[in-house]
Amino acid sequence: MRKMLAAVSRVLSGVAQKPASRVLVASRSFANDATFEIKKCDLHRLEEGPPVTTVLTREDGLRYYRMMQTVRRMELKADQLYKQKIIRGFCHLCDGQEACCVGLEAGINPTDHLITAYRAHGFTFTRGLSVREILAELTGRRGGCAKGKGGSMHMYAKNFYGGNGIVGAQGQIFEAYNMAALWKLPCIFICENNRYGMGTSVERAAASTDYYKRGDFIPGLRVDGMDILCVREATRFAAAYCRSGKGPILMELQTYRYHGHSMSDPGVSYRTREEIQEVRSKSDPIMLLKDRMVNSNLASVEELKEIDVEVRKEIEDAAQFATADPEPPLEELGHHIYSSDPPFEVRGANQWIKFKSIS
Amino acid sequence: MAAVSGLVRRSLEQVSGLLRRRFHRTAPAALQVTVREELERDEKVFLLGEEVAQYDGAYKVSRGLWKKYGDKRIIDTPISEMGFAGIAVGAAMAGLRPICEFMTFNFSMQAIDQVINSAAKTYYMSGGLQPVPIVFRGPNGASAGVAAQHSQCFAAWYGHCPGLKVVSPWNSEDAKGLIKSAIRDNNPVVVLENELMYGVPFELSSEAQSKDFLVPIGKAKIERQGTHITVVSHSRPVGHCLEAATVLSKEGIECEVINMRTIRPMDIETIEASVMKTNHLVTVEGGWPQFGVGAEICARIMEGPAFNFLDAPAVRVTGADVPMPYAKILEDNSVPQVKDIIFAIKKTLNI
Repeated sequence: MRKMLAAVSRVLSGVAQKPASRVLVASRSFANDATFEIKKCDLHRLEEGPPVTTVLTREDGLRYYRMMQTVRRMELKADQLYKQKIIRGFCHLCDGQEACCVGLEAGINPTDHLITAYRAHGFTFTRGLSVREILAELTGRRGGCAKGKGGSMHMYAKNFYGGNGIVGAQGQIFEAYNMAALWKLPCIFICENNRYGMGTSVERAAASTDYYKRGDFIPGLRVDGMDILCVREATRFAAAYCRSGKGPILMELQTYRYHGHSMSDPGVSYRTREEIQEVRSKSDPIMLLKDRMVNSNLASVEELKEIDVEVRKEIEDAAQFATADPEPPLEELGHHIYSSDPPFEVRGANQWIKFKSIS
Repeated sequence: MAAVSGLVRRSLEQVSGLLRRRFHRTAPAALQVTVREELERDEKVFLLGEEVAQYDGAYKVSRGLWKKYGDKRIIDTPISEMGFAGIAVGAAMAGLRPICEFMTFNFSMQAIDQVINSAAKTYYMSGGLQPVPIVFRGPNGASAGVAAQHSQCFAAWYGHCPGLKVVSPWNSEDAKGLIKSAIRDNNPVVVLENELMYGVPFELSSEAQSKDFLVPIGKAKIERQGTHITVVSHSRPVGHCLEAATVLSKEGIECEVINMRTIRPMDIETIEASVMKTNHLVTVEGGWPQFGVGAEICARIMEGPAFNFLDAPAVRVTGADVPMPYAKILEDNSVPQVKDIIFAIKKTLNI
């Protein structure tokens, strides 16, 4: 780095007749913050929506970049481990959707509560769990956040209720809308619209694909889910709406997943490779943030590359741990059936096999 | 001349080989053939569910069917089990013969009210006026590493209900014959398939390959004759029982292995006849022990003539009484293994 800067400064001083030291100083100072324009959200039953400009500080920008890159690399590592059969069962990856989980967390407080479906690894991370705990849960080891007993779809943290495997329930969501609106519950209903429900496009599954309007009497926003600043501003707006006592609100985040629905779905039988490639090259959330930061002098390319290297190392270390950590002990098979109860006996595969169950 | 006769001989061999050849089919392949045959045979039959049409089926059971039969007979539904199960039941009431696929039976819990209250009970509630000729099918029970919400066995839950028929095929022949019987039955039938068995090829006899091959609902099959002990099972564990029987045979213990095939109405007579011959009983299932299939078999044996023939209490081998854990070592010990079956058999025989 130093050598490169010295070389640059030599060239520049040669060209511009400036003293080398001044050039070095200039290339090292970044802006503290920058203002960006973000896409206006489509509104349903709202007079006004989130702002169309936002200020991003260098500190926040670097943090968002690191978090998104961590989620991206973590998911790609999970892909690798799955193909090596070290992760088993179901594995639903969210690479492409990083702006959603990171942007959401940026707009709420750690004391707020969050629940989601099976594409949950990103949220598990943004809600505070380490990559180590997440990967070790995916590999089913005792160091996993659920002690290896839950797997991909069943990760929990403080104020994070999973990770859930049973979804769809369109009737249930309308029941939830009704009660939330009736009782003015401070609830943000979020749809990460990645255009497909498993292998079926939204056009083939939904009579109306304007998901942000489907709360009917509940106001809604349609948000560019590939732009982390857009997600953050929309979330701040929605959270403020709820906290003011006005009741529930809906957010549709338009996003995209690069992987198929799960690791057993190649993801190319119902969409084209061209489509995936186009999103990657034009709308990748990490690329969008990086370009913004570099072009506004909030960070340098080299600095971000350094973060990439650090993230890669963190993921490698976590993967090492997740592969080397032992499986949970057999004696714990019966644990955690009930909470706050005295120990009891659990039956195994026949009446002579018994496990102790401790809360 | 020699070359020609050689040619003739070779082709004759090929022909007779073809005639003699038995097909090996996996369950999805057998199911796919069967569903196709039934769609062909009766235009009122149709299939609906998630990813059954354009995706060719989540487990490829409906491969090629949408291409052949189109949107009217093979219907992709949104992810709305309660909704599409209800639609299917309504269609059955109105005279069609729907096959409603649940991607796994775990998701059927979203729709269970439709299965029980709209399908199972209606013929009774209507005093015999309104039949519901519907088939609910899909994979049931434990798979590999899919954790607690995706591994439950519903044999006991559905087997509990009067008005429902519940079948549980083990091999491809069972799958083919039972699904055919289910589709042709005028009652709601729940077909509990098994995802881990989808990849296992089985020999299909020429009889089983026929278009009208039916396995009757309500009749168990003795897969292996034996004299020392009766081992009763359904679905994938039947294979484990046969493995255990092979191992024990080397020690001089001959197990009679019964494949239930049907959970409800249960063929208790076949089990009783066997117990009256062997005097010992072990039941094997993947589901949880409490209120399970094995528990029902034991209760019925006590109520019938076979009780007095028992030389030892009947023993159940089941899944462990826990939500299915994810970690492999815990999962392996939460399902009945061959060693658990062997242990139970020896304990019963007091060996």
